[in-house]
Amino acid sequence: MPSYLAFIATFAGIYALLALSLITVWGQAGMVNLGLAGFFALGAYSSALLTIKAGWPIALGWLAAIAVAGLAGGIVTWATRSMRGDYLAIVTLGFAEAVRLVAVNETWLTRGSDGVSGIQGPFKTALGDGFNVFYLGLTWALVLTAWLIVRRLCASPFGRVLRAIRDDDEVAGVAGKPVLRFKLQAFALGAGFAGLAGALYAHFTSYIAPDLFTPLITIYIFLAATAGGYTRPAGAVIGALLVMSFLEGTRFVAGWIPGVSALQTSALREFVIAIALIVILQIRPDGLLPERIRAAPRADRSPT
Amino acid sequence: MFAQEFAQHLVDGLIVGAIIALPALGLTLIFSVLGFANFALAAHATLGAYAAYWVNVSFGWPIAAGLLAAFVAAGALGLATDAVALKRLRQRGGADTALTVAIVSIALNIALESVARFFFGNDLRSYNLPILRDIRVGQIHVNPQQLENLFLALAVMALLFAFFGMTRAGKAMRAVADNPDLARLKGIAPERVARAAIFAGMGLAGVGGMLIGLDASIDPLTGGRILLTVFAASVVGGLTSIPGAVAGAFLIGVAEELALIVIAPTYKSAIGFVAIVITLALRPQGLFGRPRA
Repeated sequence: MPSYLAFIATFAGIYALLALSLITVWGQAGMVNLGLAGFFALGAYSSALLTIKAGWPIALGWLAAIAVAGLAGGIVTWATRSMRGDYLAIVTLGFAEAVRLVAVNETWLTRGSDGVSGIQGPFKTALGDGFNVFYLGLTWALVLTAWLIVRRLCASPFGRVLRAIRDDDEVAGVAGKPVLRFKLQAFALGAGFAGLAGALYAHFTSYIAPDLFTPLITIYIFLAATAGGYTRPAGAVIGALLVMSFLEGTRFVAGWIPGVSALQTSALREFVIAIALIVILQIRPDGLLPERIRAAPRADRSPT
Repeated sequence: MFAQEFAQHLVDGLIVGAIIALPALGLTLIFSVLGFANFALAAHATLGAYAAYWVNVSFGWPIAAGLLAAFVAAGALGLATDAVALKRLRQRGGADTALTVAIVSIALNIALESVARFFFGNDLRSYNLPILRDIRVGQIHVNPQQLENLFLALAVMALLFAFFGMTRAGKAMRAVADNPDLARLKGIAPERVARAAIFAGMGLAGVGGMLIGLDASIDPLTGGRILLTVFAASVVGGLTSIPGAVAGAFLIGVAEELALIVIAPTYKSAIGFVAIVITLALRPQGLFGRPRA
């Protein structure tokens, strides 16, 4: 049981990183990344292949995962630079599908749908049974770091510009802010988080395959981000924990419903997740932790 | 030899294009009237395919009855899901409403897909059709069923164009798509037009799903598999242009089939993505669109 909990908590940390990615890109800059699963996969494959095929050390593989996913994010944003937000959403969706296709087809590189196995975990042999606990700590340390970065960012002038772009990019442009540069940086940073999450996932489970990175993951993370409050980094972490407890909790509940096959159980679970996202966006789009908007300074105190 | 292969793929591509055109028209119609991309279109196409299957296999009715069932069932489902999940959000207004509604429509798509999976499982189902021999014209093979699908798709398109060109409701829809404020000034009720667009758009998706099922088989992902291709057709056409969606669909259909000469079949769905990126880079307003100011 403790090792099961450690396992789940590690996954929750990976989801939290993905949710932090959404908070940065969607919550702050207002860009919708429907291809989150694609950036997640890109990070996982980059790190796995570089450590296995090129013999890179794991730490370097993780940095490469961040860089590759971030770069891809920058390119996608740049390609849609003059478009309405809907187009970015469609292109990111297509991007995830393109990543999946390459992973399935380029067997010389990715071993196709068989997947890549034997991905090394850091200090796995030396730690033995302690590996899961060590990895749990490592994951959450990285989540904490990412959380601090995003929080710092939100409070900084950079975050303020992003929110201005989110609310109206033309106004931000008129105010002299280089909108495209800010969008590129925000998306690249967010995609980088997703890439890191992918690398963490790959080196934890030691096996990745194209089927593991379905669009469903993107929906889980959207639910996590909206449930917690999609503009606040703490909301991302809380939301990820909620979604993970729900996903694992339903595993046990499903056993109690008689006459329902395994396929039907998973269909039911997906149904409930999707409905939960719809309901939250309808009723409480700000989630548990709504955005704190600082009041404007009072007129009588303003310098004259 | 190459010429023959080329011609065969061209013919296949035109047939695929005609079928893809229907959901692409549905997407374009909904986008131009309501202003957001409805990703749940895929699940509505799947449901239309199942509705036609039910009529065809359980009652033994002909394909034409199935087509009507697909249209009405998908259209009615579109109205229901809009009323339950999307209406309140899309009426809210605001800068990022279109994006929030798009996200909700993706969740809706997954919810509907999982309903289909719950009741029908992942098994492939086929319509009750006579097995026909291919017709050969010169060196080119065509199955009579494919020809019938092509004919049905073209007939539905002709009806749609007649609706837009000749009826009051069709003209009102075009007016709202063109300029909602001006249309309201002229006394057109936007919400009624919105409902009509959703019914017709999702109905078209349902018919498209059925035609795809006639060509192969149906399962809960019938619609999901073509979503990217449909989006590509619509984007190439400019997302708000009705003739553009048809031209885009034929272009994507032919491109996907011709690409098979040089790439592996499993890469086919990447063509749509490439087409979207090229369109956005070179001609973001689409084939027939005017450049935006």
